[in-house]
Amino acid sequence: MGSVIEVAGLVKTFGPTRALDGLDLTVAQGEVHGFLGPNGSGKTTTIRVLLGLLRADGGTVRLLGGDPWHESVDLHRHLAYVPGDVSLWPKLTGGEVIDLFARLRGDVDVRKRDELIERFELDPSRRSRTYSKGNKQKVALVAGLASAAELLILDEPTSGLDPLMEAVFQDCIQEARSEGRTVLLSSHILAEVEALCDRVSIIRAGRTVESGTLQSLRQLTRTAVTAETERPPDGLAEMPGVHGLEATGATVHFHVDTVDLAAAIGRLSAAGIRSLISNPPTLEEMFLRHYGDELASEQRAHDGAARG
Amino acid sequence: MSALRGTAPLVRLILARDRLRLSAWVGGLVLLVIVSAISTKDIYSTQADLDRVAALSRDNPAALAFNGPDQALDTMGGQIAFQIGAFTLTMVGLMSVLLVGRATRGEEDSGRLELVRSMPVGRHAPLAAGLLVCAVASVVLGVLTAASLLAEDLPAHGSIVFGASFTAVALVFLGITAVTAQVAENPRVAAGIAGGVLGASYIVRAVGDVGNGAVSWLSPIGWAQKARPYAGEQWWPLLLCLVLGVGGVALAVVLADRRDFGAGMMAPKAGPAVAGPSLRSPLGLAVRLHRGAVLWWAFGVLVTAVTYGSLTSAIDDFVADNPEMLDLVASLGGASLTDSYLATSLLVLALLSAGPALQVLARLHAEESGLRAEPILATRTSRQAWMGSHLVVALGGSGLSMLLGGIGLGVAYALVGGDAGEVTRLGLASLGYLPAIWLLAGLALALFGLLPRWTAGAWVTLTGCLVIGMFGPLLDLPSWVVDLSPFQHTPAVPAVDLRLLPLAVLSTVTLALVATGFATFRARDLLTS
Repeated sequence: MGSVIEVAGLVKTFGPTRALDGLDLTVAQGEVHGFLGPNGSGKTTTIRVLLGLLRADGGTVRLLGGDPWHESVDLHRHLAYVPGDVSLWPKLTGGEVIDLFARLRGDVDVRKRDELIERFELDPSRRSRTYSKGNKQKVALVAGLASAAELLILDEPTSGLDPLMEAVFQDCIQEARSEGRTVLLSSHILAEVEALCDRVSIIRAGRTVESGTLQSLRQLTRTAVTAETERPPDGLAEMPGVHGLEATGATVHFHVDTVDLAAAIGRLSAAGIRSLISNPPTLEEMFLRHYGDELASEQRAHDGAARG
Repeated sequence: MSALRGTAPLVRLILARDRLRLSAWVGGLVLLVIVSAISTKDIYSTQADLDRVAALSRDNPAALAFNGPDQALDTMGGQIAFQIGAFTLTMVGLMSVLLVGRATRGEEDSGRLELVRSMPVGRHAPLAAGLLVCAVASVVLGVLTAASLLAEDLPAHGSIVFGASFTAVALVFLGITAVTAQVAENPRVAAGIAGGVLGASYIVRAVGDVGNGAVSWLSPIGWAQKARPYAGEQWWPLLLCLVLGVGGVALAVVLADRRDFGAGMMAPKAGPAVAGPSLRSPLGLAVRLHRGAVLWWAFGVLVTAVTYGSLTSAIDDFVADNPEMLDLVASLGGASLTDSYLATSLLVLALLSAGPALQVLARLHAEESGLRAEPILATRTSRQAWMGSHLVVALGGSGLSMLLGGIGLGVAYALVGGDAGEVTRLGLASLGYLPAIWLLAGLALALFGLLPRWTAGAWVTLTGCLVIGMFGPLLDLPSWVVDLSPFQHTPAVPAVDLRLLPLAVLSTVTLALVATGFATFRARDLLTS
């Protein structure tokens, strides 16, 4: 049970741009790891460094126990990659592309290939030139998922898929997990990450800002509570950890830090609960709050600097 | 005219993007005309010189085949028009083929045009804008050419007709490319078909000019030369060019109305759902990607070779009819005029055969920046294997073209009067040119490793070799410039004996360039856009 991916303090610069600025990422064997971050935050650059396509300027990178730059060819025997920007050879058919990649990777499983083509409802006899964005994405997905590789690296693999295909994709990833394979999933579709991922890393501006299980991340955030009580509850407003309290008649609405949730419910209980709705934070809220806060504080800092 | 709405801003867009490319074409061609005119005046400074060269060229089928018909070669203007020749007119046509292809079909294929067409822009506006820019470039080229020749004190009427003949050829191929851009389903095929018509036009008029000139009437380049600049000008053949050009544009508009955006006239057919056995390695993929282009190049080289070969008998007759030529030939150091002609033909075939090598290697950069190399290099395919597979196709494709060229030249010569031994002799001689061709391929590979965005710069070196090889003596270039071309270091077999030392030196340089390409590509980041 080691780490399949270990990245520490990774730095990558393109001229004056510092695309990765001390990024950390650890993916354990057998887990599905969500890799989140806004556009341009460095997800794809990190993946390209992991694939040995870009050379790291600083920090350490280990992939399957090896150095991805110097041992890329050997390491690539054990992984399958689905790019976010799928670009195919216009004259080749989808089926030809899928077979080509299987052969280049060295693991051909015709049965699984045909099954995936069926499940994703792909017509493999069409020239790549005539495929829509979603169909190109399916070609890349079938090529990647048909392999028996122990590590799947998926860079926003479902950005062009419809909801039906999204469900097929989630099934496939669940199957990969049950087979004990490791998945690094970069994605913008938070529902997909919530449904699939054991752990997530959130990056921003080339740095990791959060990493852990979804539960542990939820611990760091707040739960929304709406309750109707017999009497107005006492002392809620003074409680540490309670934020944005609003009372209208017998109904109160507030957010509470997850660690203080039990105490807050105690107060409500003492006031006689008639109804209670408690919503754990969604990943989306965590994501938005995190970046919202960061953006707001950066904006303030920027304004301050501008004034000063 | 809502179909043309938005043409003006699109014209500005093309000018903003391609102004350098447009000025390079027009400027380069005008410069070639000016330098040719000055050198011709320099070399043939007296009427006696002109009379002598006219007498030599008039009956020399090789000169007529390469340059054009015998029209007032004993006048300064006529001689200059002859020296600038059919080859330059072909370059003018090539300008139209490449510029029109790029401005119309190239934009559509890139997907950028889709966004443009979603705006309030008429159906024909992108085509109109592309053609308009290229038509203006054609007119500017003609005007500048005429003005340069006038500035050299050449007769006014002839200079204007000569400039107009440039514009006319440019407009013909503008029309032809506009049509192929509608018929073909992608820009490479569109430029390929139009380029094929251009090559055929050059060859057809070569055949005609060596004969009685009748066949030249089948070629637009022939029409341009039938306008007889400085030799009793006649404008009406240029009208044929104009009619063909305008007709092409009209046909293109009709065709554009009948096809879907992004598609050609031919509906795409379904292909194999499963990859064949050849598509199992990086080499298999490289062969598949380049097969069509390489075979077309080889076919073009073969056709050119057969044409040159079939003209060889005329050289033999020419020498037999002119006893004084034997003295001249003897003064050339023993090589027969026929062998000199064959060596020049092989040089032209070698320059053409470098084409497939450079086209294949330019694809390396296109594959990389188009993100198609990335998923391949994420498999267990090494960078060396990926790059090497394209190199193998480049070397093999150019080698195949050259060998076919040599054999084609030999077969055609044997058929018109040479003996059967010519096939082996010229087939083997063609191999002597491979080191120089492959050196250019090595240069392209080194550029790809060191400066990937400049991989296509290898075409500039080929153009340089072409100018040195075709115009070197005329332009009177300094010897160090001439020495830059690897083809100048290649023994001109069969006119001279084969020497191995220069070929070994060229091969060593090639190996060093290839090694540089591999080492630098292995050490750099992959381009990600």
